[in-house]
Amino acid sequence: MRLEAKNVSFRYDRKQPYVLENRSLAIEQGERVALFAPSGYGKTTLAMLLAGYLQPTAGEILLDGKPLPRKGVCPVQLICQHPETAINPRWRLKKVLEESGRLDETILRAFGIESAWLDRFPRELSGGELQRFCVARALMSGADFLICDEISTMLDVITQAQIWNVVLQEAERRNMGILAVTHNRHLAERISTRVIDLTKA
Amino acid sequence: MKKLNRRTKVLLLTAVMALVLIAVYAFGLLIPEEAYASSFLQAKQPPSFAHPFGTDSLGRDLLMRTLKGLSVSMTVGLVASVISAVIAVLVGIAAATGSKYVDAFLNWLIDLVMGVPHTILVILISFAMGRGLKGLLIGIAATHWCSLARLIRGEVLQLRNQQYVAVSRRLGKSSGWILCNHLLPHLVPQFFVGLVLMFPHAILHEASVSFLGYGLPPEQPAIGIILSESMRYLSAGMWWTAVFPGLLLVAIVLLVDRLGDHLRRILDPYSAQE
Repeated sequence: MRLEAKNVSFRYDRKQPYVLENRSLAIEQGERVALFAPSGYGKTTLAMLLAGYLQPTAGEILLDGKPLPRKGVCPVQLICQHPETAINPRWRLKKVLEESGRLDETILRAFGIESAWLDRFPRELSGGELQRFCVARALMSGADFLICDEISTMLDVITQAQIWNVVLQEAERRNMGILAVTHNRHLAERISTRVIDLTKA
Repeated sequence: MKKLNRRTKVLLLTAVMALVLIAVYAFGLLIPEEAYASSFLQAKQPPSFAHPFGTDSLGRDLLMRTLKGLSVSMTVGLVASVISAVIAVLVGIAAATGSKYVDAFLNWLIDLVMGVPHTILVILISFAMGRGLKGLLIGIAATHWCSLARLIRGEVLQLRNQQYVAVSRRLGKSSGWILCNHLLPHLVPQFFVGLVLMFPHAILHEASVSFLGYGLPPEQPAIGIILSESMRYLSAGMWWTAVFPGLLLVAIVLLVDRLGDHLRRILDPYSAQE
């Protein structure tokens, strides 16, 4: 499988300037790519386009040569920077995980998610704990590609390492493709097999 | 006694208010018709121990009649505001999730209904629907949903753009599933607070339209009817026929209004730290 952005341009409104213009990139299944650029280069926009959260103004996003499916569980899942906005504040965390379709005990254990947390509400957990739930939810959906939009930026180094270890292990095991958006060059070099620098490309 | 914190106090107060309202309502329902039967031997009596609110020109006990009338008013208020609130939720969601044209049309409709004075609209609809309890209910229910609908539209518009709704969609959830699981639970507090705050309006409109003679039939004990009958005897010095029923109506309306306010404070997360 291959996730591909083909000559993609995007602007949020007709009166606004282009955020992305004529960008192309491709990720193979089993590949780990880091996307690297300073602020304001459209990293998050590109991540949202690739996961189907936004539709490109021009160009297309292709998965195996076909556009992303509009219905059903999307094989490309996005994990965003702020877990507290990606989780319904009125849901217990068990329901958050069940939204992905199934509860996978091994993933829960790998992330160190304790069963007592499942009965809590999101605001009773910290950001790092919530981010684990977001990553676990994306992994449990059975996605083939993970788009990680600065998922560890606001976490301390220990939690960062913990989350990335599990993600990389799972990616290895299931032969997933990963696109990691990051500001951190060291992290990018550490986790990826290839680095794309938006300032140069 | 241990000092209660503010939240506990508000909770207790709300519970007491709700109990008083329920008690008035239940008591009104249980009053038999004989309790306010006419008796010409006792007509036009000022307040006394036997008749705390006095009696009217037909010798009916005004306390019993007022309480019965209040329970009728509360039934009208409750049913009308429930219907109204449900309409508001449906219209609000339709406006927020429908196409641009649906939204524009519903907004225009809200402006239209809000632009016409309520009392006139209630009278017109109630009259067209054959007056009586049914006409009044339809009239009040059809005019009170506007501001709540607008509130809910805004709320849904905001919720729809939340990240977790987008995530849910990419996890393959249908719009209906998202509506039931993500959106509706968020609207529950708005719904209940809106409902309770609509209640006093509905009661007042019921009373005023009945007072003007377009609502409930004159033989029915209702506050509006009692007040309109009292008009004829006020100049004869029978002040009690208007003062006590009127005051009780105001008291009930204020009570419900305060109850709604307290409910809002309890349910609204922004006041949680107060």
